[in-house]
Parts: sequence; C-alpha cells; structure tokens
Amino acid sequence: MTALHSRAIGRDLLRRDGRLKVTGTAPYAYEGPLGKPAYCHLIQATIARGRVTGMDTTSAQAIDGVITVLTADNAERLASTEDNELAVLQSDEVAFRGQIIGAVIAETSEVARHAAGTVQVTYAQEPHDVELSVDRADLYKPYKINPAYPTDTADGDVAAAMASAPVTLENTYTTAMYHNNPMEPHTTTALWDGSLTMWDSTQGVHSARSVIARVFGFDHEQVRVVCPYVGGGFGSKGTPHAHVVVAVMAARATPGRAVKLALTRQQMFFLTGYRTPTIQKMQLAADRDGHLAAIALDVVEQTSRIKEFAEQTGMPTRSMYAAPNRRTTHRLAALDVPVPTWMRAPGECPGMFGPEVALDELAEQLGLDPIELRIRNEPSVDPDSGRPWSSRNLIACLREGAERFGWAERDPAPGVRRQGDWLVGTGVAASVYPTYRMAVSTATLRYERSRYVVEIGAADLGTGTWTTLPQIAADALGVDVDDVDARIGDTDYPIASVAGGSSGMSTWGSAIVEAARAFRDKFGTDPADGDEAEGSVSPPTGKYAMHAFGAQFVEARVHADTGEIRVPRLLGVFAAGRIINPRTARSQFIGGMTMGLSMALHEQSVLDPRFGHVVNHDFADYHISVCADVGDVQAHWIDEYDPHVNAMGSKGIGEIGIVGTAAAVVNAVHHATGVRVRDLPVTLDKVLAQLTPN
Amino acid sequence: MKTELSLDVDGEPYHLAVDTRMTLLDLLRERLGKMSPKKGCDHGQCGACTVLINGRRALACLALAVAHDGSEVVTADGLAHDGALHPVAQAFLDHDAFQCGYCTPGQICSAVGMLDEFAQGWPSAATIYPASEPELDHDEVAERMSGNLCRCGAYANIVPAVQDAAGQMAPR
Repeated sequence: MTALHSRAIGRDLLRRDGRLKVTGTAPYAYEGPLGKPAYCHLIQATIARGRVTGMDTTSAQAIDGVITVLTADNAERLASTEDNELAVLQSDEVAFRGQIIGAVIAETSEVARHAAGTVQVTYAQEPHDVELSVDRADLYKPYKINPAYPTDTADGDVAAAMASAPVTLENTYTTAMYHNNPMEPHTTTALWDGSLTMWDSTQGVHSARSVIARVFGFDHEQVRVVCPYVGGGFGSKGTPHAHVVVAVMAARATPGRAVKLALTRQQMFFLTGYRTPTIQKMQLAADRDGHLAAIALDVVEQTSRIKEFAEQTGMPTRSMYAAPNRRTTHRLAALDVPVPTWMRAPGECPGMFGPEVALDELAEQLGLDPIELRIRNEPSVDPDSGRPWSSRNLIACLREGAERFGWAERDPAPGVRRQGDWLVGTGVAASVYPTYRMAVSTATLRYERSRYVVEIGAADLGTGTWTTLPQIAADALGVDVDDVDARIGDTDYPIASVAGGSSGMSTWGSAIVEAARAFRDKFGTDPADGDEAEGSVSPPTGKYAMHAFGAQFVEARVHADTGEIRVPRLLGVFAAGRIINPRTARSQFIGGMTMGLSMALHEQSVLDPRFGHVVNHDFADYHISVCADVGDVQAHWIDEYDPHVNAMGSKGIGEIGIVGTAAAVVNAVHHATGVRVRDLPVTLDKVLAQLTPN
Repeated sequence: MKTELSLDVDGEPYHLAVDTRMTLLDLLRERLGKMSPKKGCDHGQCGACTVLINGRRALACLALAVAHDGSEVVTADGLAHDGALHPVAQAFLDHDAFQCGYCTPGQICSAVGMLDEFAQGWPSAATIYPASEPELDHDEVAERMSGNLCRCGAYANIVPAVQDAAGQMAPR
C-alpha cells in the first residue's frame, strides 16, 4: 500500500465546525427551521412483562391541541417486523418496562406530554425476570458474539495448566450496567410528503435510511436522512431504535407537516440501549517468572428476551497476551429487560477490566512489576488468528508511559503511602482496540468554483470528521487543506459506513484517497469546473492482525477515614498509527479516558428487580464524572508507522481511551489502600469496609 | 392558559402570549427558534440549557417563562458581538474544549456567569479562605463549572480555556 505523503495530515488544525458549536448554532436533529412542526410524546409500559389489555385515549383526544394518539390498535402495520425492537405498536405484548405502547401527536410539546399522561392503560401483567446471575439454569450460548465473532474459543488445556502451574489465579470480576447518555437526547424530526425526510440524531445517515426503509417497505430513494452534527452517541445512535419508527409513523399520520420527537433523558434509559452488566470469571496460570501458561475468561451477561445482543467481552483476551493454553466463553441470560447495544468499545471496554485487574493481582503474587509482567507475555503473532501484527507497540506505550508518569520510583507495596488524611497509590493497565475498516463507503470528489469538494455521508459525533476529512483529501490530491471543503451527514451524499468500531476515519478516508486517485487519473492537476470522480473503500486483505494499543497510568488518592476516592492524575500513551489531527485526536483520547474514569468511580444503572426499572434514570442519580472529578488528564502517542492498515496509516482512536482506564483506577486504588475491589464501580463503601484504621 | 410577557433575547425585544406551563428553554427553542441553549435533561441536572438572565447564569429548563417577564436573556449565540466571538467562546475554540458541541453553549454561558461571580468575590466550595481573594486555580474553576456535564469528557480542556479567557478578560 502506498502511503500518503503527509502535509495536511498531522497538522494541529482548529475544528471547522468550532465556531458554530461555541455559539450553539450548529443545527442538531431537533433544530431545523421547519415552519410549524407538530410534537410527539411517547407513552411507555409501566409493567415489565405482560399484555396491554386496554388504552383509553378519550380524555387525551379531548385535549385542545391534540392531533392524534397512536396505539397498537390504530398504528400502521410495518412491512418488516423481523427486528422485534423496531416492531413498535404492532402487538399488545410488553417485553420490558418502559417499552413504547403509544404516542401522542399535538400542536405543542406541552400538550403532547400532558396528553400522554392522561391515557389510561390496563394490563394483563405476567411475572417478570430481570436478574442476571452466574448460576442461572437458563444461560445459553449465543450463535455468535457482536458483530460476528465465534462465541467460544479454546486452545490447549487450561484446566491442566491451572492444576500444574506454580502460580495461579482465579477470580470473578463484574462490570455494571451502563447507559451511553450522550448529551444530546435521541431526537428525530420527520416529514412525510410522499417521501420521507428525517433529521435524525444518528451515527450513520445511510444505515439509518436502510433500516427505516426496510421496516416501512420504502425504496431507498423515498428516504432522505440528514444529520450534519451529532450531540454525542457513543454507540447508542449507531442504529435506529424504536422511537425513530414512531417518529416516522407520526409523520405519516400528519402528512406535509414535520413532527419532532425528542426522548426525555429518563426515556433514554429504556429505549436507546445500554451496556450489559458482565460477570467475568478469570483464570491465569504462570510460572514463577511470570510467563503465562494459561489465560481464560468465561463471561456471563444479559440480553433482552426480544432481541439478542451478545457483547464480545472475551475478545481482547483472545489476542492480548501469549499463553499456550487459552479459553474464552460467552453465556447469556435473556431477560425481561430493555435491549442492550453498543456502548463505547463494546467488548474491549468491559473485557479489559477483569483481565487487566487480574494481571495486576498476578504481578503482586509474583513480586513482579505489572509492566514487566505484561512485557514478558508479549505475543509475537496474534494468538487468536495466528496472523502477524500489522504493528504492535504495546511495550513502547508501557515504557513511554512509565517514563512520563514517573513509574520507576514506585514502591510496589500496597497501602503504605499516606499524605495527611489521604492514602496514595498508582496503577497501570493496558489497552487494545481493533483497527476496523468497513466494507462499504464511497466518496465523491468534485472541482467546484476553484475549490475541491469531498462529499460522503459520514458523521461527526465530535470526532472531528468535518476537519479531518479535508486533511486527508488535501494530501491525497496534493493541494492545500484550505482549498478543500467537506460535505457530510446527508444521504444525498454517497454511502458511508456507520461511525462505529472506531472505523470512521479508516473507512471514509480510504474512500477519499481512492476518489482523489481517480480524480487525478481522469483530470490531472488542472481540472475544469464540475469535474468529478468517485472512489470506494476496499476491504482489508486479512493478512494481518490490526489493532491499536495503549497503556493508562493512574494516581489515586483514597481518604483514610471516609474512603472517598480522587484521581488527580490520568495519563495515557497510545500506539494508533498516524495521527491525522493531534488536536481532535487528543480530545478523543482524553475524552475516552475521562469516560473510563467515570465508569470506574461513578457509573452504574441500578435495576430494581421488583419492577424491572432502572431506578436512577436521570443525571441526578446516574452519575457521570463532572469537572471537579477530573484532574490532570494527559494523552500522548508514539510515532507509529503502519503501512498495512490503510493509505493514511491511521488506526481508530475513538474508543481505545476508555478501554484500560477502569482497571488502571482499580489497580491504583489497591496500591493506595491494599483493598482489591473486583466489582465496578469502585465506590467508597467497597473500600471503606476493608480499610484498616490506623 | 396563556399569559402575555415581554422579553429581550440576545438584544431583540419580544412580546408574546405563552402557555403558562412553558419553560424559558422551550420558549426560546420552540417559540423563538433560538436553538443555542440545548435541552439535555430538562431537569436542571446537566447545564446544557444555561443562559444568562439579567447577567446571571441560570438553567432555562428550570425557569418558567412567565416568571421572567421583563428579563434580559443572553444565549451563547448572543455573546458574540459584531462577528467576533466572546473571549470565553474563543478560548473554548482555541483549547478544543468540546467535541460534540451539545453541552458547549451552556458551558460557555456558565463560564461567563461564573467569571463574573468570581470577580464579585463569591466563594465556592473549593475556596479555602472565603475572606481572602482566591486565585482562579484549577480547583476553583472545576468546582464552579461542575454544574455543566460534558459526556465527551472535555473537562481537561475546559478548565484551561476558562482560565485563559479570565486572563484575557481581566484588563477590561
């Protein structure tokens, strides 16, 4: 693969959409000027399992300003109900609490919401089951794990290694249920006038179009999806959820008039996906020098009864470290709960918690530095596929991080550093994230009024796409970046893959490079106005195992009397290929690490087994890190050249920042206090109970 | 039920009749088309809707429109003058103190209000000696900005942006 000569790539350029964002004038999905729209508010089930036996909408219909009330009795029949999550208002069945059972369309948002609250619903309630546990009799083996990996893997004999190795570890680690909670609530504005226009908050306009077209039986040409700006997504806006279907139904009930449907923050806890809780049984066997003889991770997690999502929590264990005997398994409980989905680094994020804490524990057992333990188990090829690495610079990340963080002076003894009332410790964990390139994406390059214009239906979730695509196009064309414009976020532009799996830049950028080559081949360096060429991404060769790597270092301070945990320092070093724009890249890395800190210390969706209800379903109770929780956060990267990943030499960076962070926090808390917490989040009660007074 | 009220929003006068249930946020967004303040939670828990009401930062989602008859409301969009960004907005841009941008207008209005509070000597929970003149250090800024959530995790850039803007605004 010929690498691009980089002139614009690697430059620290301001965000092109920055001015719109700091003035609040970048239009999100709710915010287009649309004359006089109608407003839609959802009605949700208040039982977790059963049937709706009646909905009395008389009083709602009588309220001045109500246009109509949609229920399963009058909603249109969908063309495809194959996806149960999207088969909304098609039957009287209730499969989880909070499921959509109706919607009010009204002249104003106040009237819609008020009227939704007046609808009288009766149910035939059935007993529900929402409790995940490791010893459920009905755990099952899914056919595959997200998106299409084998459910289980096994090499050698883990049990024999565990029986014969001089040092072994067997522990269970758990991660909590988490909600993505992008700041912009999931929102759809829909207009039906014989064809459909949707301003939808989505990570992929083309994939949203394709799902909605299938569900309603529309031709693709009948559907336009627009989304130039996304107020965060982190996976939950990766594919349309049920409310988008309702927004389209509502638009078709009021032809010629746009309908706005914005979920409330509370509704998002039922309707837009979440990360499954995981129970991770971890086994490690090693010789006395720390060489692993076995590594095994058996995962139990949940999905909903109506739709399977099998988080690939065991994936990183398949590739991360060398060991002759290895095993990963995934078992699911299908419960009467909302449908789980992607959340930032599905698989890798929870799946690097148990293993990276376990390695820290093993290092302590061995009397070995945790960085050295990882270095001793560096695999020469990918243990999972047997393929060579396109590049793997985990050790460089660990060493550079150690240097920058001041790891060398670290006394490994836990619980011995006290500064005033605070116990101080440091911890490390490794990170990995696959370098994906999606199979389909096409870019158009056109010469227009003496400027080069790239068009592709890509998304900018805050990732910097508006700014970085022109950088790639500029280098691919050999022109100044200021002479290139990008147009994204609209199905009127060529097809682009969803912004997921940290694949956006690799995929869309590859298509742009191909388009630029085709453009230069056709028109040379002196194009005429209107000249245009198209280029598409080609699938990876499959010759190499391609991953980004990283290491996070954490300083934790734990109050000796209260157990309060503070993290004054968070430092990450990443090996992620060539960095397209250091400014936006740094923001992605520190953003991922900050979300990892939030996961470690604060986040937990608490499901009440009696009602199947996430009780802390708002920001007052579902805590995410705030400004005062975050101290010095640094992201660095090593200068990595990888000729195999794509023409830019870049790897995805949106997710790796979160991956090892929670484990590093837990390891630092242990080093500070001597208390080993294996269940996230690390809250003061879990630490305080075991702190010895002194 | 509707009530008439007058408001000045970003320098423009408005006189209109509003549903008494309407929040200031919905009035701005749904009646006036002023989309700069964002709705992130509608419960005063996230800060995305922060605007300046008569110069003080306030959560527009917790303000009933009818309770603010005669008020002067400034959104992040209204902070810009003659095409020039407000120093706080410019500092957010310069420090890349945002990603998705949805919390950003609220963060910026909050920072503008906060810097004024600080200049007037209001203490915060991070102020150790309220009687003294505290420095606008990391802890002061972080504490005073903690009513504005950022899910993209830009806090480590927001604090220096606010400090930078404070330094630039100080001589005025």
